[in-house]
Amino acid sequence: MKANRLIAIDDLDAEDLQLVLDTAEVMDEISARRIKKVPTLRGRTVCNLFLEDSTRTRLSFDIAAKRLSADVMNFSAKGSSVSKGESFKDTALTLDAMGVDAVVIRSGSSGAPLQLTRHLDVPILNAGDGWHQHPTQALLDLYTMRSHFGHLEGLTVTICGDIIHSRVARSEIEALTLAGARVRLVAPDTLLPTDLSAWTEVGDVEVVTDLDDALADADVLYLLRVQRERMHRAFFPSSREYARLYGVDARRLAALPEHAIVMHPGPMNRGVEITPDVADSPRALITDQVNNGIAVRMACLYLLIAGSELDDDRAAAARSRPATAEVSP
Amino acid sequence: MTRLLDADDIRRALRRLAHEIVEANHGADDLVLMGVQTRGVPLAERLAANIEAIEGQAVPYGPLDVTLYRDDVASRPVRALNDTRFPVDVNAITVVIVDDVLFTGRTIRAAMDAILDVGRPDAIRLVTLIDRGHRELPIRADHVGKNLPTALAERITVRLAEIDDVDEVVLEAVAGDGVADGARSASGSGVRA
Repeated sequence: MKANRLIAIDDLDAEDLQLVLDTAEVMDEISARRIKKVPTLRGRTVCNLFLEDSTRTRLSFDIAAKRLSADVMNFSAKGSSVSKGESFKDTALTLDAMGVDAVVIRSGSSGAPLQLTRHLDVPILNAGDGWHQHPTQALLDLYTMRSHFGHLEGLTVTICGDIIHSRVARSEIEALTLAGARVRLVAPDTLLPTDLSAWTEVGDVEVVTDLDDALADADVLYLLRVQRERMHRAFFPSSREYARLYGVDARRLAALPEHAIVMHPGPMNRGVEITPDVADSPRALITDQVNNGIAVRMACLYLLIAGSELDDDRAAAARSRPATAEVSP
Repeated sequence: MTRLLDADDIRRALRRLAHEIVEANHGADDLVLMGVQTRGVPLAERLAANIEAIEGQAVPYGPLDVTLYRDDVASRPVRALNDTRFPVDVNAITVVIVDDVLFTGRTIRAAMDAILDVGRPDAIRLVTLIDRGHRELPIRADHVGKNLPTALAERITVRLAEIDDVDEVVLEAVAGDGVADGARSASGSGVRA
């Protein structure tokens, strides 16, 4: 793999993306065994630095590292010196001094993982930063789609919901574009970024105003969570109106082609973007997504950590890379 | 470059090895052949076909990728992983590891760990087309196609029709240290890394 970090999808090229998904297939086989563990990363330490709340991503990274026999250090803002006011830089230097081999970071601040690369020479994996990116979520979603359809190229994926606050959507759109899929975005105008040119100029990405117009030829209907915690003003009149215009219920599920699947990155707001009967239907692959997350994160950890002692050249190249934020629209 | 074995030599060696395997196992029951990726895989398939011709009984075989079990994961370039597929439950049967070249023994150590992680076979055996010496671990093959004593500065390359469009084993001299590393990862099995 050419990438030596995973902060945003643009750290990967199409070949790396394929390598991650192929490697995840092998990792999936390990998770099906009686002893779900290989000795590959024995003696390596992975630090999970979670400065923002998370359930599935944190557990998924934790179990992925353990299945590769790495030692895992869990570090959260609560119960650490961060709550005493330690600066981000000092936290990073502390991790460096402890000799970690990789850092998985979740932060409410966009750009925190990129900041970390300035202070640490080990691979950094972004587990979600603010509104910016959540690359492993996109990779596990692509893995889920590829497992279901056998390919990604040519799929039509309709992404519906709170695009503007969604780091998942940003990573998802870029990853789907890299894989040659077609993306359609459905959202109230208030929840769409004003400038979409960075996506529409590079990939087959378009905006559809009415969800009902984007159902009939969708292969995947990808629903985003309405992120109330990030909404500090009124983006839409009421949850009921949102549910009526952008929520998926049994009627909209029936309007999808028979082969189409429904996905959601979780956690779900049942009754807002998705009704319980759709969430629990066999066409919703939401639990598959969670399950595939382990294999995909194992693949990312393996590909970024293994061989890292060898390539000093690559590490040196990364250090000299300008540390400016590559911000998506 | 010297050609040590041609297609007929390889065919005869595999036929003899198939006979040796069923003789040692008293038949073809409770047996699985696991071919080490990449060139052990077609060899396992060919041995299974030979055993079926001899005993009239199909023998299960599958690919085994040992990359995740290697002791040099940190110091080698990351490699794409290949399939591992155990066609049967390995508990209480004999697992035969099939590889093209037996050299340091480290690959076989990794293969044994990979097998023991999925079950407890009655026995693990080792079949190799070429034994070139220079072991670094106390490992030996049960059945050998051909013993080829070599110098460390030489490289043995096994080519198989399924992958390389030709069946042959060749001996090449390797010049300089820098070549050795790349040569080993490129070919079936070569020079100590």
